[in-house]
Amino acid sequence: MNEAGIPDAAPAEVDLRAEFDSAGISEVLARLDRELVGLAPVKTRIREISSLLLVERVRRKFALSSEPPTLHMSFTGNPGTGKTTVAMQMADILHKLGFVRRGHLVSVTRDDLVGQYIGHTAPKTKEILKKAMGGVLFIDEAYYLYRPENERDYGQEAIEILLQVMENQRDDLVVILAGYSDRMDKFFSSNPGFRSRIAHHIDFPDYTNEELLRIAEILLARQNYRMSFAAREALVAYIDARRKQPHFSNARSIRNALDRARLRHANRIFDAGGVVSMDALSTIDAPDILASRVFREAS
Amino acid sequence: MRITQGCFSFLPDLTDEQIAKQIQYCLESNWAVNLEFTDDPHPRNTYWEMWGLPMFDLKDAAGVMMELAGCRKAHAGKYIRLTAFDSRHGWESVKLSFIVGRPAGEQGFTLVRQESGGRNIRYTTRAYATDRPEGHRYDE
Repeated sequence: MNEAGIPDAAPAEVDLRAEFDSAGISEVLARLDRELVGLAPVKTRIREISSLLLVERVRRKFALSSEPPTLHMSFTGNPGTGKTTVAMQMADILHKLGFVRRGHLVSVTRDDLVGQYIGHTAPKTKEILKKAMGGVLFIDEAYYLYRPENERDYGQEAIEILLQVMENQRDDLVVILAGYSDRMDKFFSSNPGFRSRIAHHIDFPDYTNEELLRIAEILLARQNYRMSFAAREALVAYIDARRKQPHFSNARSIRNALDRARLRHANRIFDAGGVVSMDALSTIDAPDILASRVFREAS
Repeated sequence: MRITQGCFSFLPDLTDEQIAKQIQYCLESNWAVNLEFTDDPHPRNTYWEMWGLPMFDLKDAAGVMMELAGCRKAHAGKYIRLTAFDSRHGWESVKLSFIVGRPAGEQGFTLVRQESGGRNIRYTTRAYATDRPEGHRYDE
């Protein structure tokens, strides 16, 4: 519309590249590439989805489509593979393309949605939905919502409200369900309503050992630490050993290991006493990592 | 007689789109939005009933509009108003209040004159609606 309130003549063609740049998506995608190690299939899918949305946006300009597209997604993958991080970027992309109005992410689990007694669930679920309106609702470990073994479970009630809002208020809110692959599959097969309302399924692969090492380096660099050569060797051995143990959760395990290494590092330089150099303050050495319980249990 | 209470009440009723914009302004100012309803239109009636809890931590007006739709459905034919509460220290009060729903027919008020001692007259306004029992005041 121009100032006189008369619709401008629709342009006959549009430069997709210019549209792409003006939306600021390239920046988000570049950041995704820069900050997230590995996850090649995920990045490809996100690029595909962004192109789809971009084309959809242009089609809207030409009045070729008016229905809001279904944008609900499911992220499946093992713990610590970056589902929440990617969801945050996704919220940003959706916001930049104008498919959600505010672009914030509300991250919840079953406890936030399901109540403890009759009549408690609906207000609780609605409360969360209201907070997520205009942004993205991220439901972690979504399969816990559905407990087939207990027919009086209130999860079903939350599911019904969710489905209703997902269908009727598609332009107000995008829902992302996340969880482990096998359990999500089971969840979808017992809740066909969810399956049909979700447009994009993205699978997050496990990180390889090399990728985990790179993640560790990035995490340390972000906090102005670095590893000595021996510490790096120790970390390679650590990742290998940790992967074979139960409750391995990819990048999260590495982050926790590094937190503990920093603890030991601090303790070590404190015990040594005297004057410390800046170099000593910022270098994680092999003993800090080798003292881990993982090595004791592996041997 | 059309009730004029709160903001915008001398304007034509706001459309849903206009209401949503007002709500968005409230949310962006960090005010908590409440919905209240009543069937007693007297201006001195400050005790309107609340529809649900005040809505804190919302980012978008769509959430309030969802509640408003629910309230209109459950309390069609009553007065519904929206208030925005500023919880900041020193304010702690309602900063914006306007009517977002009213009954189809507003019968208005009668003026009651009470003769008292010394040829004095006391005046009282009484809503015709309150002649009927609560909950049935605007039934047809």
